[in-house]
Amino acid sequence: MYAQMIKSEASTDDPEKLKEFQAKIDANIKVEPRDWMPEGYRKTLIRQIGQHAHSEIVGQLPEGNWITRAPTLERKMILLAKVQDEAGHGLYLYAAAETLGVSRDDLTEQLLNGKMKYSSIFNYPTLNWADIGAVGWLVDGAAIMNQVPLQRTSYGPYSRAMIRVCKEESFHQRQGYDIMMKMAQGTDAQKKMAQDALNRLWYPSLMMFGPSDAESVHSTQNMAWKIKMNTNDELRQKFVDQTVPQAKYLGLTIPDEHLTWNEEKGGHDYSDPDWSEFFDVLKGNGPCNVDRLEARNKAWDDGAWVRDGLMAHAEKKKAQVAAE
Amino acid sequence: MSKEWPLWEIFIRGQHGLSHRHVGSLHAPDAEMAIKNARDVYTRRNEGVSIWVVEANNISASSPSEKGPLYEPSESKIYRHPTFFDIPDEVGHM
Repeated sequence: MYAQMIKSEASTDDPEKLKEFQAKIDANIKVEPRDWMPEGYRKTLIRQIGQHAHSEIVGQLPEGNWITRAPTLERKMILLAKVQDEAGHGLYLYAAAETLGVSRDDLTEQLLNGKMKYSSIFNYPTLNWADIGAVGWLVDGAAIMNQVPLQRTSYGPYSRAMIRVCKEESFHQRQGYDIMMKMAQGTDAQKKMAQDALNRLWYPSLMMFGPSDAESVHSTQNMAWKIKMNTNDELRQKFVDQTVPQAKYLGLTIPDEHLTWNEEKGGHDYSDPDWSEFFDVLKGNGPCNVDRLEARNKAWDDGAWVRDGLMAHAEKKKAQVAAE
Repeated sequence: MSKEWPLWEIFIRGQHGLSHRHVGSLHAPDAEMAIKNARDVYTRRNEGVSIWVVEANNISASSPSEKGPLYEPSESKIYRHPTFFDIPDEVGHM
């Protein structure tokens, strides 16, 4: 998911207070920034929301790559609007994380020095225009699976950010599917490109949900705190079941020979992605890890004089007003 | 290391006739830039007709620990609501 494998922090707080806190969460009362919360809850949320925010920002790179090469002016404007949305999503999430007492620059620095992660999916390249369709359809589709339930998460600012994000996200998935429809109904060469994009992005999309965590202690704690709403397997299953008919409509084949409908469980059986590849990408060895971090570092360093200049101007103006 | 831009809280009037509502926050060097950024981030889909920005450290807030003394007294004063009073039907709409 946009936030993968979030470890929960152990809490060393007063057990009475912890009990009260859990009762509040069980009663679906939102936790707000200035309310008492366990240290573990705070730290886990910072890690999760921060990672989610970083994913939105780094996620602009594979798509931004195609803004200048979109096939028509309309497609270019649509893609531009989508990439702009992603910047907004990053902002909403950073702002939610800041309410937990971490600074924006702190979070940025931890992304830039590799201490904090972003979703594994953005370490894969977008090689051609069909990939932009597949990213919107599959990657945003997978993100929606996770973000819709997170609208009900226990932390107020995170929940409100998710509500805003979800309102905008379905435009993203539809624009992706629209590209896929055009390609799939196009020439043989275009159809081949669409199939090739699906072949390459299918398993990385399944990886977005993270490995099975049904047995994980962290997952259990995070679900009790309602900062994780479903297990990774539940969400992945939902994603597969939703995507299979969409692929069928396009006349494309999901690259999984074991994919079959299982009447008994009321869902599809499917093959797991190669988890060793997933862990390798997380470690920094994906096709684009180095490029992505370099691009973010360059943007931050090259923009420093603008940030400093605007701040100096604002301070000078303030001093002038004070002197008058 | 540069100095971080201050944090601003953003309020948007959704439609004519409604009051401004808090929609989120952002960083900006000054009020003018805060309004420009708020326009880019929070009004991309006809969400508003007017923007207020307030630097976050200028906001004073009530404390969560005062919830009881501040808001509980109003719970016991149900006569403040019109439905507390039974008015006979024959009186007509009131």
